[in-house]
Amino acid sequence: MRPKRRNRLIIIVFLFAGAGISVALVLVALNENLNVFYPPDQVVGGGAPVDTQIRAGGMVLDGSVARRADGLDVAFVLTDYQGAEFTVYYRGILPDLFREGQGILVQGQLGSDGVFQASQVLAKHDENYMPPELAGMSPDKRTARNLLNYDR
Amino acid sequence: MGIKQLWHRLGSPRWFFEMSRRWPLIFGGLALLLLLTGTLWGLAFAPADYQQGNSFRIMYIHVPTSLVAQSAYIVMGVAGFMLLVWRMKLADMVLSAIVPFGLSMTALSLFTGAVWGRPTWGAWWVWDARTTSMLVLLFLYFGLYALRQAIPRQETAGRACAVLALVGTINIPIIKYSVDWWLTLHQPASFTLTEAPSMPMIMWMPLLVNVLGVYCLFGANLLGRLRLEILKREHSTQWVQEVVTSGRL
Repeated sequence: MRPKRRNRLIIIVFLFAGAGISVALVLVALNENLNVFYPPDQVVGGGAPVDTQIRAGGMVLDGSVARRADGLDVAFVLTDYQGAEFTVYYRGILPDLFREGQGILVQGQLGSDGVFQASQVLAKHDENYMPPELAGMSPDKRTARNLLNYDR
Repeated sequence: MGIKQLWHRLGSPRWFFEMSRRWPLIFGGLALLLLLTGTLWGLAFAPADYQQGNSFRIMYIHVPTSLVAQSAYIVMGVAGFMLLVWRMKLADMVLSAIVPFGLSMTALSLFTGAVWGRPTWGAWWVWDARTTSMLVLLFLYFGLYALRQAIPRQETAGRACAVLALVGTINIPIIKYSVDWWLTLHQPASFTLTEAPSMPMIMWMPLLVNVLGVYCLFGANLLGRLRLEILKREHSTQWVQEVVTSGRL
């Protein structure tokens, strides 16, 4: 390789490495702020701010969904199946994928009493697709961890 | 033909133009065939999903367009690198030829994502790491387009675009690993060649066909535009004038 080209190559490699390292540092510094939601253990353990707009996420605990007969009010518990649980209140229409055992994101405010008042409910789904006849099983705890990216 | 010889020939737009005469048509035909098959198969014949019902089918458009939008950017990064180090004319032409295709695929990926997100997530748009980094990719494509328009001198414009393309490739691993590094609403990858498919074959095959189809479309589009770009930039040379007057395009 001619010296001129080698010099250009070196400059470009340095430019690229410099840009890459700066981006990596920014991402590492932002780290947890880049998460789109607070997982249950942070909501319960005080890692999530109180009385501000945040998003929290978890799996809908089996048997925890309670609806008021005369309205759209609904209450349910989000869990990580590892001991951290919190209650969510919501008034409105739930997404089609909302069901027990489903990964759910809620946007709203966490009260100082540990109860989450949601203004929006979003459903998360995983990358496993299958026809209905293959899907006799409800999501197990392994998929629960996948949904919340707990095994990362 | 040895690697070294190929390398030197790539420096000659004329050689490339003559060699690639049939390629756009071949790739285009393949793309049409594969995309028609895959899309029909996926949208009409593959079974519905147990959870999402029919709305999961938008994956057959969303996944291939997202993949090829990123691959196109990587090709631009490589071309940018070659332009900066070896000052290869063809690399600059590749840089400008890819932008419209990459831009449209990224836009299509974001659009189908929104259409898919509305019924499944419950929102058109959520600012999570995956969606945001994909939006950054769209802006990078816009930036490359604008940068070339903004600099009148071709050589300078090419180098500026090369630097932007090269530095922008840093975003590609961020898009890919965003769903692993951070908590996101977006699910992990539906289509990888390194792991067992996350769905039964009957759902996966149409996806594979469409992925291959969209890559053929990329090939056809890139080569067609590249040939056009060669004619435009070399228009004053004798061989281009001969090609044009003889009608042997």
